[in-house]
Amino acid sequence: MKLVKNAAGRIVPNEVNGRKEVPFKGINEHKPFGYKAKPLIKTCIDYPLSGNKLVKNLKDALRKCGLKDGMTISTHHHLRNGDNLTNIIFDTIHSMGIKNVRWFPSASFSVHEHLIKYLEDGTIHHIEGSMNGPLGKYTSEGKMKGIGVLRSHGGRYQAVQDGEVHIDIAIIAAPTADAFGNSNGVTGKSASGLISFSLVDSEYADNVIVVTDNLIQFPCIPWQIQGNNVDYVVEIDSLGDTKKIVSGTTEITKSPDRLLIAEYVAQFIEESGIMKNGFSFQAGSGGTNLAFVLFLKDRMKAKGIKARFVRGGSTKYLVQLLEEGLTDYILDGQTFDLDGIRSMRENPNHINTSPFTSYNFHGKGNFASIVDVAVLGATEVDINFNANVVSHSDGYLLHGIGGWQNCLYSKCTILAVPSFRDRIPVIIDDVTTLCGPGELIDVIITERGIAINPKRKDLISIMKYSSLPIKSIEQIRDEVYSICGGIPTKPKLNKEKIVAIVKWVDGTILDSIFQVL
Amino acid sequence: MKTKIVKSFAGKRGDNVRSDCYFEISEKKSGGIKLELKSKVASMYGESIKSQVVEMCKFFDLKNANIYIEDNGALPFVIAARFELAIKRLNPMEQKEFLIPLNKKTIYKTTKDKLRRSRLYLPGNEPKFFLNAGLHKPDAIILDLEDSVAYQEKDAAQLLVRNALRAVDFYSAEKMVRMNQLPLGLNDLKFIIPHNVHVILVPKCESSEDIITIEEEVERIKRKWNISRDIFYMPIIESALGIIKAFEIAKSSKNICALTIGLEDYSADIGTNKTLDGKESFFARSMIVNAAKAAGVQAIDSVFSDVGDMENLRRNTLEAKSIGFEGKGCIHPRQIKVVHECFAPTEDEIKNAEMIIAAFEEAEINGIGVVSIGSKMIDAPVVKRAKKILNYNG
Repeated sequence: MKLVKNAAGRIVPNEVNGRKEVPFKGINEHKPFGYKAKPLIKTCIDYPLSGNKLVKNLKDALRKCGLKDGMTISTHHHLRNGDNLTNIIFDTIHSMGIKNVRWFPSASFSVHEHLIKYLEDGTIHHIEGSMNGPLGKYTSEGKMKGIGVLRSHGGRYQAVQDGEVHIDIAIIAAPTADAFGNSNGVTGKSASGLISFSLVDSEYADNVIVVTDNLIQFPCIPWQIQGNNVDYVVEIDSLGDTKKIVSGTTEITKSPDRLLIAEYVAQFIEESGIMKNGFSFQAGSGGTNLAFVLFLKDRMKAKGIKARFVRGGSTKYLVQLLEEGLTDYILDGQTFDLDGIRSMRENPNHINTSPFTSYNFHGKGNFASIVDVAVLGATEVDINFNANVVSHSDGYLLHGIGGWQNCLYSKCTILAVPSFRDRIPVIIDDVTTLCGPGELIDVIITERGIAINPKRKDLISIMKYSSLPIKSIEQIRDEVYSICGGIPTKPKLNKEKIVAIVKWVDGTILDSIFQVL
Repeated sequence: MKTKIVKSFAGKRGDNVRSDCYFEISEKKSGGIKLELKSKVASMYGESIKSQVVEMCKFFDLKNANIYIEDNGALPFVIAARFELAIKRLNPMEQKEFLIPLNKKTIYKTTKDKLRRSRLYLPGNEPKFFLNAGLHKPDAIILDLEDSVAYQEKDAAQLLVRNALRAVDFYSAEKMVRMNQLPLGLNDLKFIIPHNVHVILVPKCESSEDIITIEEEVERIKRKWNISRDIFYMPIIESALGIIKAFEIAKSSKNICALTIGLEDYSADIGTNKTLDGKESFFARSMIVNAAKAAGVQAIDSVFSDVGDMENLRRNTLEAKSIGFEGKGCIHPRQIKVVHECFAPTEDEIKNAEMIIAAFEEAEINGIGVVSIGSKMIDAPVVKRAKKILNYNG
């Protein structure tokens, strides 16, 4: 393994977990074109003509799939922090004496702290997905055997299609399924809304197991995952803790400072001319990104403006927009609360989308770039508008990338962030980890000022007479440093040991995450 | 040989604590200064925190001690206040003050008749609320040493508020401090007067003597520190007796800038409960308005305490405006905007004021002494009010 400097000036390895890798070459400079991964093609006569693919338990299903050491197991994260299934899966794999599994989730949550013992005893070799909370700490301290790989939701699809990741066994948690394997997330006690993060798994994995706690008679309608791609179906008592799968109701942040940022976001969207009939926006998850929707809604109503579509993760606030006729459609990637699920189940204009439709670099176009404005968060933003979403300023991994990188392709990307958190500066000189290159990030909105990327001369000129506190990003940084007591020192990292890498949407390596000392 | 250990504690710790820190000092006979720091910002500001503490040890001549710091992202002005408190609790005779550098952005002036539509209360011992208070653009902020501070933490709040006055940029909001009731409150003044405070809120004020006592102490401190700028007073009337004496209080000093009312205590004092309608306090509020106007100072209303109920805040504030109040207390930043909207002149008021001024100017040009619109005579106070309305937005 050799360390090289990529086009973003970051030090990255040219080889990861024994596989050759391409360092980041610049935005849209790398085109992995050609005939790529091909799915294993099977025949219907190998499956019960009755359509009944039920097997007695998970262990049986894994055995039938030919589980062995070193295989890649994939899961989705629609059950969020209520996910018990993944923990059960690895308990089972461990009980079968299997070692060195590569876990390929679409994201992880703190509930997966349970898996640390399997990382320690060698059941799991490494994770390619996200390493949140306790798993992030474990990884950052250099304890994981292999190197973690962080990808965006779109990057996950791309990685499978490029053959970077070959999934041996995909295990799909299905809040409702039939014995044929048709499944969805809109009904059942563990309803999560949708389960589309497993789409690529169902299409490309050698073996697909659907696990459900709500088995219904064929046909399961709608089939968000098609039974024709499913090998086995397993019924269990419970997929997880329903209260943690979705929140009963999403509450808007009460923090006056976050609300101030959200008001600035709404005002910016209106005054910049983005808010016009037929426009579209994406609301991220998290306090500020939810709250701006309410303020924007007031502005839309006051001006009689209607959106063509909005993109979720959906909550009751987006659902209200749809139900009050302020948008024609919700094109949704995941649902965060019960209103979101109800709407997706009942309203034909609340559409379930997937990383394929929305984010995939190998798609023939995707939805993310059609969106007029995306409002996202970040843990750090630097004076070159580069942003970090995966690590803390002390060097520890704490979040996954999610759809964040993919959303940067929207026509206007706004990062709505506090300028510092307690004593931790958010607007800084240089991000700890580069996740999004500044050339794709247009506006930074903080409680202390709004910085527009100098590349966006159009926006700068439109906003010239705005009452909003438009400043240079350096001015905001200086103010933050002066409040926090000077320039923060960099975390002590072991530059010899890479614990994880961050992929760009095209499969190249954007940055490395080093062991925290 | 057994060493005598003296120990002191200061600050806050625990899972819900943010932007604050906790100190323990154990003084020793020998061994020098030993620091133990647990901080969530250790990798970014750990060295900075340690050097700040070491500098303060030198200043206070603390040579041998074990110092334990638990930090949840406290800013330097908070760390300084908490550590100074720990030292003073260790040695109550310590008279020296560790004054952090004065942030130039905290220096700005005020005037007696400044716009005071909103004043945002900030609990004096809760630093996390200080930093962004000014961003919500209240006309004034109040650092509170009185009811929001527990009795045993009064010393903590004095130091924290002093440091905040020197360090925190409130973005041109007028800086008010609510002192404690006399006689305890007299001791608050030396922590605030020398540090750019604009207005002193005097709680439970019942007589002109209260103000005179306070003003004497303020003037003494001003002389000591060689301060020439005016410091204004806003008495808070919170009792039946205070209401009866409102005019006397309003006239007790030329530096009274406004009168205000505290309705919780007033309602209790007259033996009733505060209601949403406020019928029970209508007389008192009208008295405040009348006394203030008679004395030529501003009349400012109490707070509205349900932070979730913006609709009734609006109703309540519009009512306050209609009976003559010029401002309202706020206990949450989200209330500020609503209050400002209520006190902004309505379109009708602006139109009317424009007519009055036009008639007044015409009369002046024509050399007519008496101004009238139609058959309605217009007096000087009406013209003054019209000018005020038109100047509202600068």
